[in-house]
Amino acid sequence: QPVAVEVLDHLEQLALVDFRDTEGVERLRKAIQFADQLHEVNTDGVEPMDSVLEDRCLYLREDDVTEGNCANELLKNARKKVEEYFVAPPGNIPLPTLEERETFLQGS
Amino acid sequence: LAPWVPVVGLEIHAQISSNSKLFSGSQVQFAAPPNSLVSFFDASLPGTLPVLNRRCVEAAVMTGLALNCSINKKSLFDRKHYFYADLPAGYQITQQRVPIAVNGSLSYSLCIDNKMSQMVTKTVRIKQIQLEQDSGKSLHDDTRSQTLVDLNRAGVGLMEVVMEPDMCCGEEAAAAVRELQLILQTLGSSQAVMAEGQLRVDANVSVHHPGEPYGVRTEVKNINSIRFLAKAVDYEIQRQIEELENGGTILNETRAFDSKLGCTVPMRDKEGKQDYRFMPEPNLPPLILYDAKSLPANMNHQQVVNIDWIHERLPDLPSVKRAKLVEQYGILPEHSFALLNEDGLTEFFENVVKQTQMKPKKVIGWILNVLLSYLKEHSLTVKESPISSLMMADLLNLLEKKEISSTAAKQVLAELWKGEEKTPLEIVKEKKLELIQDQKELEQICQAVIDGQENEVIMMALG
Repeated sequence: QPVAVEVLDHLEQLALVDFRDTEGVERLRKAIQFADQLHEVNTDGVEPMDSVLEDRCLYLREDDVTEGNCANELLKNARKKVEEYFVAPPGNIPLPTLEERETFLQGS
Repeated sequence: LAPWVPVVGLEIHAQISSNSKLFSGSQVQFAAPPNSLVSFFDASLPGTLPVLNRRCVEAAVMTGLALNCSINKKSLFDRKHYFYADLPAGYQITQQRVPIAVNGSLSYSLCIDNKMSQMVTKTVRIKQIQLEQDSGKSLHDDTRSQTLVDLNRAGVGLMEVVMEPDMCCGEEAAAAVRELQLILQTLGSSQAVMAEGQLRVDANVSVHHPGEPYGVRTEVKNINSIRFLAKAVDYEIQRQIEELENGGTILNETRAFDSKLGCTVPMRDKEGKQDYRFMPEPNLPPLILYDAKSLPANMNHQQVVNIDWIHERLPDLPSVKRAKLVEQYGILPEHSFALLNEDGLTEFFENVVKQTQMKPKKVIGWILNVLLSYLKEHSLTVKESPISSLMMADLLNLLEKKEISSTAAKQVLAELWKGEEKTPLEIVKEKKLELIQDQKELEQICQAVIDGQENEVIMMALG
């Protein structure tokens, strides 16, 4: 069962992934098919597990100041900076529309 | 014309008052050099992991108990994904599935009229309280078409308090938030100062006709004070009513309140429905809280948050404090609200009462009508008052002993206000404001007046 173009477009917007070509999309379809095998298991009355850590103890830290004061180090990673601020574009740059993108989806 | 029923719900974010952040050990502080309070985790560098701050958990439990919530002994953390420059990880850690506290209530009071002579109590249901991370701050530089990002605030602990749409106007929303603010400040779980961004309120507003389903709601953001909250809500209610009466429709959108223009405007960057792709936070096990019954025997007590222990140590909430003031001093409920509403005023009042013979029921008038007006006129807090509680008490004693009149007392206050280190008694003597008690002296004065006004006296005698 192929994945709808609208869904692919939506995923590309949300996750900024690029399915690029038919091979990429096919890989996605196969991955979904593989995962769908989980539906063959009867899970009626079984509480879903969402973390293998569920039986672990969540460690609680004391409220002490132990980190920070490393602006210079952090800013070393920044391509552009102003004084001690990171610089970003004025707002989220919207992904080009479906028609404008150079992905496989063009022409679908 | 069919009546409209406005419906108002609130989402309130309160910054937790703690030394360090929710999941990292960097400091929580307002106004520090940019990016100086940022750890590697806060900057979302690869290989870093969240470690939960115990104090933040306690703050949320305290707040949940104060708001009559059920505390979830097991709560979970989730990731909420969206892209923005001040959210370096691309997601916020929050509690979407099972938050730490649910199903509470908050009681607040309103004056029926503007004169504060009749108060009515209302209740708003608290849907839930969840722990979550704050984001960093973006400073928009429109001239250079760029945004400057400061991550000092990124990762600071927040309690999101969700109030059900039980309110119907700006006044109710404002009163509810004010009461929540007082509760948080009393608990110490948040300093809740709106001006410093420690308390942020978003309002959800819709209108409908009675008996019909709820209307489409809009979300109103960028509200920076309790006063503006009331204005923003009332404006939005009016806007929606006008729009609908003109045959228009309401969009399910996010709007920003413009305090200068006093209106709400659509916000850019928020068009279209957001899909946050919630998923469990894989790096954090469930948060387990205990009570006296479920307390594990051999666990390190530093790792245990005991709900009952916290409950036993809750301070008197504002509503309890007010009731005690009314009972102890015989003042009216409205008076107790006014006392708690001003930082330090209750303490001042109680100190005056301790040091004066005047009955509290009379003292309260001087505190609320005279002292408080002076403070408000000069934009001073109680702490900054040039008149101390001792001076006030001395003055009221002179009044009580009938050594001065009420008018004279006000004159003395005006002098004391100048802060010249004179005592009330010294001012009274200086300005000769003493009441004359001696009968003979009074007779002499009256006679002198009559003697000086012979003609008028004859006229009066003739009728």
